[in-house]
Amino acid sequence: MTQPLLQVENAETYYGNIRALSGVDIEVQKGEIVCLIGANGAGKSTLMMTICGAQPARSGRILFEGNDITRMPTHLIARLRIAQSPEGRRIFQRMTVTENLQMGASLDNQAHFKEDVEKMFTLFPRLKERQHQRAGTLSGGEQQMLSIARALMARPKLLLLDEPSLGLAPLIIKQIFEAIRVLNKETALTVFLVEQNAFAALKLSHRGYVMVNGKVTMSGPSKELLANPEIRAAYLEGGHH
Amino acid sequence: MTVSSTNPADKQQGLVARGLREAFFAGLISLGMFSLYIGLKTDQNMRNELVLVTRWGLLATLVILAMIGRFLMIVVVQPRLAARKSAKATAAHGQAEVPGFVARNLTAIAVVALLLFPPVIVSLFGMQGSLKWIDNFGIQILIYVMLAWGLNIVVGLAGLLDLGYVAFYAVGAYSYALLSTYFGLSFWVLLPMAGILAAFWGVILGFPVLRLRGDYLAVVTLAFGEIIRLVLINWVEVTKGTFGVSGIAKASVFGIWSFDVSAPNNFAKAFDLPMSSAYYKIFLFYVILALCAVTAYVSIRLRSMPIGRAWEALREDEIACRSLGINTVTTKLTAFATGAMFGGFAGAFFGARQGFVSPESFVFLESAVILAIVVLGGMGSLVGIAIAAVVMVGGTELLRELTFLKAIFGPDFTPELYRMLIFGLAMVTVMVLKPRGFVGSRQPTAFLHERKAVSGSFTKEGHG
Repeated sequence: MTQPLLQVENAETYYGNIRALSGVDIEVQKGEIVCLIGANGAGKSTLMMTICGAQPARSGRILFEGNDITRMPTHLIARLRIAQSPEGRRIFQRMTVTENLQMGASLDNQAHFKEDVEKMFTLFPRLKERQHQRAGTLSGGEQQMLSIARALMARPKLLLLDEPSLGLAPLIIKQIFEAIRVLNKETALTVFLVEQNAFAALKLSHRGYVMVNGKVTMSGPSKELLANPEIRAAYLEGGHH
Repeated sequence: MTVSSTNPADKQQGLVARGLREAFFAGLISLGMFSLYIGLKTDQNMRNELVLVTRWGLLATLVILAMIGRFLMIVVVQPRLAARKSAKATAAHGQAEVPGFVARNLTAIAVVALLLFPPVIVSLFGMQGSLKWIDNFGIQILIYVMLAWGLNIVVGLAGLLDLGYVAFYAVGAYSYALLSTYFGLSFWVLLPMAGILAAFWGVILGFPVLRLRGDYLAVVTLAFGEIIRLVLINWVEVTKGTFGVSGIAKASVFGIWSFDVSAPNNFAKAFDLPMSSAYYKIFLFYVILALCAVTAYVSIRLRSMPIGRAWEALREDEIACRSLGINTVTTKLTAFATGAMFGGFAGAFFGARQGFVSPESFVFLESAVILAIVVLGGMGSLVGIAIAAVVMVGGTELLRELTFLKAIFGPDFTPELYRMLIFGLAMVTVMVLKPRGFVGSRQPTAFLHERKAVSGSFTKEGHG
């Protein structure tokens, strides 16, 4: 058994006295796309924040390449090349698209800047058309693309995506997920994805976890989860597509 | 209106008629409003009786002013605004306008003009006559330009609303005043020291406010400004309290020539010139000009460096910054320290120029004025801020010169007293017309390829 790239061990996270995560165990192997699905308020985004140190776990451990990062400050975790496209995209509105990408590359000392920007423009051609535009003037889908591209500029070992499909048209979701699939296939990028859109997420990923009330209730290969009648009833046929 | 005449003369006539009509109504309204406020005034006579004084002359002046204003608004201003709007709309479809010669070389022109300012003024008004222009206008405005550029780093770039900026100005001024009177150190030694001390206090302020943003940050910085001022007032043994520190040493030309009248190496004596205080002011003008140049250079350079980009990103989204590996703690502290440092430089200069510092110079109003300049100029734009400083500071100085207003409003009218009123009015006007300040657009700092050519019309393949 190889050492997982990311390992969440029995993580418990609290907001004040309210327990948001109760003993979560998750593993992400190198080169995998792993998704975490669950309903609103299940604790998906909390787990994301716990991994990147914004809301550290009170107990349990987060390991990245075998090193404990549980109580590391966010910016140091980012410097381990864990890149993140946070919930709500959080792009720099008043900066241009190119400047946003440059901010993403700031860890890389700008050495590969031009080369990497060209890669992003091949991946998301829409961004190339908009490179001089202020990021705040982009459409929702373009902003999401920019958010992912900005994260990728750091040449991450692990990409964390928090609800990339939120508020986007189905066609755009398809484009973005296709880009992630291509990235994973061609560069063996490891992706950990948190999604409410269970169907799209399970179709994209290799393995999946299901979260209910701060606990992982089910896990397995995405294909099996997709076929599981319980999951179909709870997440796939209840309005999400 | 149903008039859609194609004849421009007809149109003009219609406009004038409408203007006259509107002016008449404006006069009527202002007459109604002002006759009680201004036409009648209650006063006490010699026997302590309440008497009614009439001021029909003043009332008539104001009503006529209102009528003229309304007429000009209708006949001149409104058509011109409409014309400009439609011109802009058509220009947007066509080619982008090529900036004129002045717009393209604004910085160079401004620098040359500022360098030539003292000699030109001296030749126009003579040695003694130049004092007012160089000191009250030139130096005064440049001090505020420097302060506003310094604050711009904190507010405009890093987005940290600082209402206590004057505290750093005070730290700089008192550093120079106290260290020079107690230890006899020279201006050129103390100038960097004042900057360092102010930067140090910037960090001291920065630590407790690291987690605050927006309104909360503003309140704490406001309190910080007041604390510094109150310490200056109450720490009497050192700062001499409200009396202030006087007799502060003048700056010298790098120790070679002095401006002290009694000194053997006095500047005027060394060059066999007639004694005058103007040399010192001219020298100070060039010193503050150089300090401003340094501030501008550093601001521009920092903006295209990682730390400057981190400041701008911090202004946009703090959480995103952290997730990109930016240490927000050091980023904020460097913004506070850098901004404070320039405030400290300006403060030391202020001390050397005045020869006297007291807590009265560092009240909250100063912070508000500096912040107003930054906001009016368009946060982040150096050119806009410089223009705003000229308008705000030069404008208030200019008010003292407007003696002709006394002819209209009576001999006891002192325009300076209306400073704040006009100040506020100007601010509201600018914010209504240009909500993002004089220069509201932000220049991007990152380009994939070097920007080529001045504009597309000069070279065919000039698109970068």
